[in-house]
Amino acid sequence: MTPVLSASRLNKYFYDPDKFHVLRDVSFDVQPGEFLSIVGKSGCGKSTLLYLLSTMDTEYEGEITMAGTRLTGRDGDFLARFRNEHLGFVFQFHFLLPEFSTLQNVMLPGLKLGKYPAKEVEERAMEKLRLIGMADHARKPASKLSGGQQQRVAIARALINDPTIIMGDEPTGNLDKANSENVFSIFRDLASKGQTIITVTHDPDFAGGTDRIIEMSDGQIISGH
Amino acid sequence: MNLSIVTQIARTHLLAKKRQTLIAMLGVTFGIAMFIVMISFMQGVNQFLENSALDASPHIRMFNEVNTQRPGLIDELRPNGFNVVYHQKPKNEQARLKNGVILAGRIEKEPGVLGVSAQVATQAFFNNGPIQLSGTISGVDVERENRLYRLNERLKSGTLNALKTNPDGLLMGVSLAQKLNVQVGDKVSVTTPVGDTRILRVVGTFGFGIATIDNTKSYAALSTVQEMLQRDPSFVTDIHVKMIDPMQALSFGKRLEAMFGYHTENWAEANTAILTGEKLRNVMTFVVSFTLLVVAGFGIYNIMNMTVMNKIKDIAILKATGFDKRDIVAVFLLQAVFIGLSGGLLGLLIGFGLSYSLSVTPFDTGGMLDIKTFPVIFKAKFYVIGLLFGLITTILAGYFPSKKAAQVDPVAILRG
Repeated sequence: MTPVLSASRLNKYFYDPDKFHVLRDVSFDVQPGEFLSIVGKSGCGKSTLLYLLSTMDTEYEGEITMAGTRLTGRDGDFLARFRNEHLGFVFQFHFLLPEFSTLQNVMLPGLKLGKYPAKEVEERAMEKLRLIGMADHARKPASKLSGGQQQRVAIARALINDPTIIMGDEPTGNLDKANSENVFSIFRDLASKGQTIITVTHDPDFAGGTDRIIEMSDGQIISGH
Repeated sequence: MNLSIVTQIARTHLLAKKRQTLIAMLGVTFGIAMFIVMISFMQGVNQFLENSALDASPHIRMFNEVNTQRPGLIDELRPNGFNVVYHQKPKNEQARLKNGVILAGRIEKEPGVLGVSAQVATQAFFNNGPIQLSGTISGVDVERENRLYRLNERLKSGTLNALKTNPDGLLMGVSLAQKLNVQVGDKVSVTTPVGDTRILRVVGTFGFGIATIDNTKSYAALSTVQEMLQRDPSFVTDIHVKMIDPMQALSFGKRLEAMFGYHTENWAEANTAILTGEKLRNVMTFVVSFTLLVVAGFGIYNIMNMTVMNKIKDIAILKATGFDKRDIVAVFLLQAVFIGLSGGLLGLLIGFGLSYSLSVTPFDTGGMLDIKTFPVIFKAKFYVIGLLFGLITTILAGYFPSKKAAQVDPVAILRG
């Protein structure tokens, strides 16, 4: 089976305040349908790695290929389009655009992609909201939702364009236990339907429930191959 | 770039902070309203002055410029010789236009000419008892002169016809008559530079609304002035021409000069002071309006900068979910354009209202000028320029913050 994502010999440096080697020769592949978690202590470079994979950080050495497309060395507009179509994000702190309604938040990336007319994007967004149990809150302003609810809506937003991969940066890092479990069960559910998911986490319960764990230390992968 | 989605985001941002939007809008509104009022008023003043000057002066005046600055005969014959001539007397030359009346007839037949009046103009002293005033007296065919300057509309007392029937009739500028303390029916003694004195009877007074004319000018019949100057009936010093289109006078005057060899002066040359004042007022209008708009522009720049700072998380999320730089620029630029457009339109409305109020406000000139309210003109052009100015300012003011928004690094924001 061809990997859906392959990273080879990734090296990354921070220059501020001093030159610091964050990632050292990181290489790994992700197979379609895998539910993968990257764990490690604070500062081991796991978030940095995720942001390289997310295509938002382009200053690195090595090569990243995703969904059959080589992403290294592409310009910003190409990468933006690629993210829009192939990637869904769930972040730790910033969930939704506060001025927009729940439904609009989910719809925005879909409208941007422009693959379906607005009416159909709305139907699809409602369908995703039903999937995560937030359909009742569709018309509410995003700022009126609780943190846990916002994070679930963020997952719906990540799903709107049927992405190749969903990436999560500590998706449960800012939530209480009940909400964490709720979010995890949604991820688990998606994974069982064949969705590829990569998350960075330091929650051992979360990591324990995933298919594969990559453990990092000092910018290197120490286990998980 | 998907314009409808970008517009939707921009609209949501604007509506989320209505007060800020309104304040930014009012900055533009104020700038544009002031621009409209200033330019309408200044152009109104310009046009009013131009019109009154044009009304009272000929479009082209043709006259014989008596010029004594010419070399002596000996100098002409031996230009490089050592010539000494003491006290050279200038050759006697008359300020007459040869065959003036015939010339006037020919000019009148040219296309584009509204009217021609051949006349004799001279300096004169007006005496009434101890009062002595200097002025000018023009001998005219009153009907022709009336066609050029609409004298019948400017009469303050008396009639024009009296000038035709009474060879000793005199039509005086209203201020001149006041200073001499004479009214219709009174007698004035008029002395010409050649020494001839005649008693003329005032048959009417006129006012052009221009002090320099009303203070000095008077009319008498052509033959009367010719007699006073001891000249023959063909003696004419000036030909005044009015054109249908004043702008044509500039080229037509040059043609007349080439055709007849006499000096011509057009209205623009004769009213340089007014036209210079016009230019100065235009410059002032644009400087003040420009300043106002720049201030409004800085207001928008500040507000847009603040918006971008406040929305930095949103920008990061939008970028992460696939919006590219152009989308982000468009989101914020559209907000600036909306502020510029709506503020500008409101400004045009308020500017129109203010200009209209000004145009009906009484304005007392003390009889110096012939107007009752402030001169204001309304032209669609001003409103188009105003709106364009407002839009350009806001686009410039919004562009730099938008550019900054597009440069936001989502990784730095999202990592927290």
